[in-house]
Amino acid sequence: MTPALETRELTIRFGGHVAVDAVSCAFFPGQLTAIVGPNGAGKTTYFNLMSGQLRASSGAVLVRGRDITGLDAPRRARLGLGRAFQLTNLFPALSVLENVRLACQARAGVHYEMTRPWMARRDILAAAHATLARVGLEGRAGSAVSALSHGDQRKLEVAMMMALEPDILMFDEPTAGMSVDEVPVVLDLIAQLKRDASKTILLVEHKMDVVRSLADRIIVLHNGKLMADGPPAEVIASPLVREAYLGAAA
Amino acid sequence: MRLLSGDPPRGWPARALVVLVALALAATPLLFHGAKPLEVAEKICVMAALAASYDVLLGYTGIVSFAHVMFFGVGAYGVGLASYALGPGWGAMALGLAGGLALSAALALAIGLFSLRVQAIFFAMVTLAVAYAFNVLASQLPDLTGGEDGRSFRVPELLRPGHHFGHWLGTAVTGRTLTYYLVLAGAAALFLVLLRIVNSPFGRVLQAIRENPLRAEALGYRIVFHRTLAVIVTALVAAFVGGLDAMWLRYVGPDTALSFSIQIDVLVIVVIGGRGTLYGAVVGAAVFVIAENYLRALIGAAATATADLPLLPNLLHPDRWLLWLGVLFILAVRFAPRGIVGELQRRHDEGRRS
Ligand SMILES: Nc1ncnc2c1ncn2[C@@H]1O[C@H](COP(=O)(O)OP(=O)(O)O)[C@@H](O)[C@H]1O
Ligand SMILES: [Mg+2]
Repeated sequence: MTPALETRELTIRFGGHVAVDAVSCAFFPGQLTAIVGPNGAGKTTYFNLMSGQLRASSGAVLVRGRDITGLDAPRRARLGLGRAFQLTNLFPALSVLENVRLACQARAGVHYEMTRPWMARRDILAAAHATLARVGLEGRAGSAVSALSHGDQRKLEVAMMMALEPDILMFDEPTAGMSVDEVPVVLDLIAQLKRDASKTILLVEHKMDVVRSLADRIIVLHNGKLMADGPPAEVIASPLVREAYLGAAA
Repeated sequence: MRLLSGDPPRGWPARALVVLVALALAATPLLFHGAKPLEVAEKICVMAALAASYDVLLGYTGIVSFAHVMFFGVGAYGVGLASYALGPGWGAMALGLAGGLALSAALALAIGLFSLRVQAIFFAMVTLAVAYAFNVLASQLPDLTGGEDGRSFRVPELLRPGHHFGHWLGTAVTGRTLTYYLVLAGAAALFLVLLRIVNSPFGRVLQAIRENPLRAEALGYRIVFHRTLAVIVTALVAAFVGGLDAMWLRYVGPDTALSFSIQIDVLVIVVIGGRGTLYGAVVGAAVFVIAENYLRALIGAAATATADLPLLPNLLHPDRWLLWLGVLFILAVRFAPRGIVGELQRRHDEGRRS
């Protein structure tokens, strides 16, 4: 089976610092892979290399067997690589609805249409409202992004990725900084997406109970290197991981 | 509402202001006599449309360009040089305008693709260089452009001051009246086109690019193309406005069509009117052009009144009007950074929320 997403010896250097060091790994449809590792391990950088925000120093990224190392972020997004950012990354002066609507518009492939007002595309507007409802933000459609709580901004971040209906979804600490009662909304959403066997999901998450309940597989990054890769029970039990990561976190 | 693309000014104060300017411009030939008010009104029309197109770049897309007036000049020279070379006629003007539009689009495409991939500041520098080169070129090719002196040319019979259509409501309707209404209609149509563009799906992406270019890319928008297209479309509008203005002036030269001081005026108009509002360009142009034309007189009167005091008459000399406009500008930026229309709309929005 061709992997949905694959990296081969993927490496990036910042000056002398190797933030991602020859990581080779393949991700398959229907699988949720949790990526764990201490802060600064290179998880976000690994995501940036795959979704195109950063260019690799060496190595390759493949989507469904096709080498996409030379493509920029917009083209990768169009190939179905979706990304929810760790640091909330929205359009601050625009309304909540408009943030999602722009994602729905991109999904509909409407890029340069300039002869009709945006309201004329009712299909896009309807899709935006539907997406907001999925993350429980339908009541906040008219709000300014800056008026949202941190947790709601995280939900909007996730909604914008979902609006693109990507085959490959990369969640970077989606629940970080959320209040306890907000976390289940996002986790339910991920669990729901997971039921769709065509989706390939990558999840960076620190909460071990979350990882245990959602992940089919865990990979461990440490100092930019891939340290372990396997079923959750096995990886969590390995002495290496206990020492390098869980020991420090627990 | 359809004409305004569902985006009228928000709140009655902003609405009233825009309507007032529009009505005053429409009625100027009937309300006032003599050449001066019509000159002022024509300048307001031209600057409003030109500033509105600049606002699409600056206020909506977040691009700083110093070459916007260059495109205005390309349109003006197109109409002027074609009429000069081919003799007066509608065909010559249309041909010149078409040439100006084509050259503007080609230049905008080249500048955009060349420099918008890199940082925004690089684009600003490139536009500055290109606009400067164009200015020099226009002055250094006297055989083609008339050099520093520019070119005076004749317009079709119907548009000449000597052509009398008769009287209406006690006013003589001449070729100048017709020319004025052509400029007004052209400027209004271009404004509505811009309003449609900023409210289109494409225009919405421009605002997203202004807010967060990297996020726009992550959604799949190839922002170089959006930015370049924005530069091309606004260049076309600027060139069109330039053609209209040349037709009114019956003259084209570096001072009226390419000068950097026009570029500064456009920037000031967008800022005092309100960036990213489009309507701000209309209100800003009216305020600016009226101040430019009547502030001198006002200050002159103040100088006479204070003639016995030390220093003040000197500061109030009519030639210092630009200084006072500068002071007004600084005060406006300090106390109403959103500009006139932006500030009025903000108050309206906040009133509705509470
Ligand atoms: N743009 C950059 N320039 C320089 N160093 C960077 C850059 N991005 C990340 N790094 C470094 O790479 C390392 C990995 O960071 P990151 O991927 O954010 O870690 P994680 O997401 O696992 O916490 C860190 O040491 C960080 O300082
Ligand atoms: Mg991180």
